[in-house]
Amino acid sequence: MHALTTPTEQDRLLLRLEIEDFLYREADLLDERRFDEWLELLTDDIRYWMPMRRNVPYGEQDREYTVERLDMSWFDEGKTTLTQRVLQMKTGSHWCEEPFSRISHLISNVRLLDVEPSEVRVSSRFIVHKNRLEDEDHVFIGRRIDTLRRVDASWKIARREILLDQNVLLAKNLTAFF
Amino acid sequence: MIADADSIGTLVDKERGLVSREIFLSEEIYQQELEQIFARAWLFVGHESQIPNPGDFVLSRMGDEPVIVVRDRNRRVHVFLNSCRHRGNRVCRYDQGNTSVFTCTFHGWTYDLEGKLTALPFHDGGYNDLDKPAWGLWEARSELFEGSIWGCWDESAPDFREYLGGTELYLSALLRSIDGTPGGAEVLGGVQKWRIPCNWKVPSPDTDRTHGWITHKSVDAVNIAPSGQGRRDRSDRGQSYTVNFPEGHTMSMTLPREDAQPYRGSWASTPIVGEYLDHAYQERKKKMGALASTQCAPGIFPNAGSQGGQPWVIRIMHPQGPTTTEIWSYFLIDRDAPREVKEIIRDYYGRYAGPGGMTQQDDMENWHWSTAASKGTISRRLPYNYQLFVDEQPLHGPSNFGLPGLFCSITSDENHRRYYQRWAEFMAAKSWDELRVHEHVK
Repeated sequence: MHALTTPTEQDRLLLRLEIEDFLYREADLLDERRFDEWLELLTDDIRYWMPMRRNVPYGEQDREYTVERLDMSWFDEGKTTLTQRVLQMKTGSHWCEEPFSRISHLISNVRLLDVEPSEVRVSSRFIVHKNRLEDEDHVFIGRRIDTLRRVDASWKIARREILLDQNVLLAKNLTAFF
Repeated sequence: MIADADSIGTLVDKERGLVSREIFLSEEIYQQELEQIFARAWLFVGHESQIPNPGDFVLSRMGDEPVIVVRDRNRRVHVFLNSCRHRGNRVCRYDQGNTSVFTCTFHGWTYDLEGKLTALPFHDGGYNDLDKPAWGLWEARSELFEGSIWGCWDESAPDFREYLGGTELYLSALLRSIDGTPGGAEVLGGVQKWRIPCNWKVPSPDTDRTHGWITHKSVDAVNIAPSGQGRRDRSDRGQSYTVNFPEGHTMSMTLPREDAQPYRGSWASTPIVGEYLDHAYQERKKKMGALASTQCAPGIFPNAGSQGGQPWVIRIMHPQGPTTTEIWSYFLIDRDAPREVKEIIRDYYGRYAGPGGMTQQDDMENWHWSTAASKGTISRRLPYNYQLFVDEQPLHGPSNFGLPGLFCSITSDENHRRYYQRWAEFMAAKSWDELRVHEHVK
């Protein structure tokens, strides 16, 4: 942990490296299907939200995203449901992930948006590549805006906004965590 | 392969419960479906709650065609082809919004909310004799039914209520709010749209009560239901049947029961919702009598599906090629429910249904592979089997239960047999005269 009260440029760079390292480690946990360890990285009050995106006129960008907790979305849920999703994968009868997909999360463009003593808001881009059975292949690209919270001595994800660059979802389903 | 009066019997054999795989794979049959079915049938295009005010519009689809659903200044709803009459460009490129005109971005032909061509550049001197009224946006017939909006391209098709036949009663029940107010449902913001590599007919007919135990085995195990048990609340509603109609519509239902308490004890983990639903249900009983207890979710031929209860959804299976379907899911909720109740119910829809839904995800997997694994030279020679209860004589609803429809065992494939028979009738019929149903079961 670096001094955040009077951050110097160097502190900020070090903090970004620390956050990047956290995000890369998280991606590895997902891609290695170590879901229980991944769940431990989430705060109990996490909001995991992937809105749908509309085509709107210039000047009406406020209508682009479906509204959290009000409209439908691709995902808008908390830890209970995320935990159920993990349990479902482990049943061996969740056919859309049985046999499991080969998934890679490529995380880049990491930028710290806000830095508070115990929370940071961080923006990143993702390419989630999913390959399955013989020749099923999907690429999901977009941006994440995470709120990471310091809990005890480690970072946890308290909020994740997932902004997928698609209007009609060009995939049969969304079985990966983003 | 073309489906016509000669070949149709080899493609769909209702008596034996056999359907050729060709109708789920063939490009030629698909092209014929667009003409014979989608250009003639009534198709769901949206819900009035999406366009409450004059000038409001929302994009939709009819078959393989993009359409605009718009409310004009006199509050009338129109359904227009989203294609400029000049050179075909789309005249609207936004999913929804409010406007006074649709202006094509190619050369500027401009249409008002009634579809009339009102302005076009270089009009003076160049287009002196243009018959402007003849060059308006191409309009489909449209009808409103208790909040839902339907379109049809065929002038000779019967009106929508006749098209519904005996399902009118049940579609009305689907579109009522829980407390029985006609048209009391609204569509939640955000229609889920996603593409599946399967033929559009695979998810279209209702009902298949024989897939859940295995398709949804995993979600059953993790207890996502509002009461914390299984994947959805199992309420004791009564004796269940599949119900079909000569018009090709299909559904399942439980017989009405005066003493049913479908929401008692449900939503145990969020009692505020259980109490809301239980109270609304008592109101529903006052308005609808015993029929209140039936959870009606008709599938309207050819490509509108629905689910009653939780989740409460209208699903449209848009064709996008012989082996690609784009589903649009419209999630419904009581317009006047408290926000907290809406939010909890909406959370449940999200974890249950759609491409991210823990239940529906596994449907898509099976629909996809039913299509993909049927493509081979040998595989496509083998018919699909719809023989469950093939010899059962359907019960005539009006005389047995005082209800519309033909009733069969809940695990019967009769709904599929009826659906594909109607499909065959559409494919072979030269005109609507041959398709008209003379004896509705209502």
